[in-house]
Amino acid sequence: MDRELKFFQAINEAIDQCLAKDPAVYLMGLGVPDPKGIFGSTLGLQEKYGSARVMDMPASENGMTGVAIGSALVGMRPIMTHQRFDFAVLAMEQIVNQAANWHYMFGGQMSVPLVIRMIVGRGWGQGPQHSQSLQAWFVHVPGLKVVMPTTPYDAKGLLISSIEDNNPVIFIEHRWLYNITGHVPEEVYRVPLGHARVAREGDDLTIAATSYMTLEALRAAEMLAEDGIGVEVIDIRTLKPLDEALILESVRKTGRLIVADTGWKTVGFGAEIVARVVEEAFSDLKSAPIRVALPDCPTPTTPALANLYYPRAAHMVVTARQMMGRSADESVLHATTSVLLDVPDMSFKGPF
Amino acid sequence: METETLQELYYQMLRIRMIEEKIAELYSEQEMRCPVHLSIGQEAVAAGVCASLSREDYVLSSHRSHAHYLAKGGDLKAMMAEIYGKVTGCSKGKGGSMHLVDLFAGFLGATPIVGSTIPIAVGAAFGSVMRGEQRVTTVFFGDGTTEEGVFHESLNFAVLKTLPVVFVCENNLYSVYSPLSVRQPEGREISCLAEGHGIETFQGDGNNVTEVFGLSEQAVSKARQGGGPTFLEFATYRWREHCGPNYDNDLGYRTESEFLEWKQRDPIETFKERLLGDNVLCIQDIDAMAKKVEAEIDEAVAFAKDSPFPEGELLLEHIYAV
Repeated sequence: MDRELKFFQAINEAIDQCLAKDPAVYLMGLGVPDPKGIFGSTLGLQEKYGSARVMDMPASENGMTGVAIGSALVGMRPIMTHQRFDFAVLAMEQIVNQAANWHYMFGGQMSVPLVIRMIVGRGWGQGPQHSQSLQAWFVHVPGLKVVMPTTPYDAKGLLISSIEDNNPVIFIEHRWLYNITGHVPEEVYRVPLGHARVAREGDDLTIAATSYMTLEALRAAEMLAEDGIGVEVIDIRTLKPLDEALILESVRKTGRLIVADTGWKTVGFGAEIVARVVEEAFSDLKSAPIRVALPDCPTPTTPALANLYYPRAAHMVVTARQMMGRSADESVLHATTSVLLDVPDMSFKGPF
Repeated sequence: METETLQELYYQMLRIRMIEEKIAELYSEQEMRCPVHLSIGQEAVAAGVCASLSREDYVLSSHRSHAHYLAKGGDLKAMMAEIYGKVTGCSKGKGGSMHLVDLFAGFLGATPIVGSTIPIAVGAAFGSVMRGEQRVTTVFFGDGTTEEGVFHESLNFAVLKTLPVVFVCENNLYSVYSPLSVRQPEGREISCLAEGHGIETFQGDGNNVTEVFGLSEQAVSKARQGGGPTFLEFATYRWREHCGPNYDNDLGYRTESEFLEWKQRDPIETFKERLLGDNVLCIQDIDAMAKKVEAEIDEAVAFAKDSPFPEGELLLEHIYAV
């Protein structure tokens, strides 16, 4: 009953079940059928469904996105997979100009049911071009939907909803979530797009988080609970369309907001949440909302600098204590090179 | 060739020319409030290629798409209304001249980012094959497109998967104001780029509608029989400015004499002379055709002008498909 799967297995199962139930669904991406199967998320699928439906592709990210769009226009439901978010940037033209606009610019006659999976790398020296988290780019564009699951349960349920959705969906998976374990029902189920989730209830302060930062937020909430600070953690799950109501409801209750995002701070996703809360719930705020996000510099490769680059639970703890008018010991933020923070857990061994 | 086919080819070209000239004439009224990229001078490629397709076949195009849309059987009233920004337009006024579509006619869409509909066309063909359909997909584009990355990515994939696609390059020598000489090395033919991808390639006179038709028919029939893609390069010439209703030979990016040379090779006039000489058509037939088209255009323009603009609610509709 309480079956547990890892995040990558949940992704794999969602694709597997969609391939099984709908002949229009097909999966493509560089390395999809390779021996490592996109960190395990596509393993075994080609053996099961054949190379016509589970296919490798030329290293032509933009062109193949167009191919996916064209096939979607005539009745297929492609799932495209990029091993890194950074590679998908090559396809911005097709995603932004074509996929996002197609339904609107032809007066609603056609739709583009397309899922594009992008994996955010982190740690082990992934560096400037293997670990960017550019979700804000896509959230900016009308016509796209943007999903970032945190738990294995949501990974499966949201991916099935995304595949069944009649719009282009950018499905962003964080590499550091791949090995977390959680309850995942065996049957086909859906987690609807556009709904955030209260991951932990609390009355004093809200942390609205995306993807992996939800786990850091939950860690921060544990630590803050020891100080008697009740943190409500909201796992945003779908960045577009955004569940504004749930975030506002929480902030109206707590009066304090931290937004923790995996991307950069400036014009990042956190800025949008802060703006909406300030516009809609200004009078309920007891202190200024704060963004916890990446500093505005490229991702460094060396662990010495990456340690300083990525915000963690400790950053939220310090920020939260300041917001609550408590003393904050900032020394916890000063990670040193002797502390290895560039792996998701101690079992991890390089290469990536 | 059969008399009927020849007459039909002439009729299609004449119809496209007259519609485009009407757009040029009315444009100064400032009621068509979107860019228009006219195909005057290039009608033979659209007419010749589309005559070799069936209604179920797909066509995609770029910013200069009026001729392709019309030749494929796109609804004229819906096109005029679209250019006038009316809710009765083929895209409810949301697309304009650069975003024509007629799904019934198999015209899957046109978009103005150079090269961008090529992979989408290849994808439509790929999807058709996966769905077990017999359709052929044709995509029209200009010479500038062959400099885009997606052009090469698309040809590679079409060849790799033996897809039923006909790539039709209308080489009109200019990308807006930039001549081929500043964009591609001298002496290297565009068709050679395509050949490099291992795709069967033909060059033809884009102002000779029967030559276009012949090459296209061959390519379409090969594609339909599972023989894979073909690349057709047709030499032709845009008479008017890149965007808009006027002539622009005074700008200096091309010479008046070059334009006049190409005008001598008017695809419609030269074909008319030939058909008259061969007694395929007589002057009375041509007059009757022109009258018929004129009446159709008048009706379409009146329809477009009389149609309402979209209501404000439409602004936020169609962002997402349900």
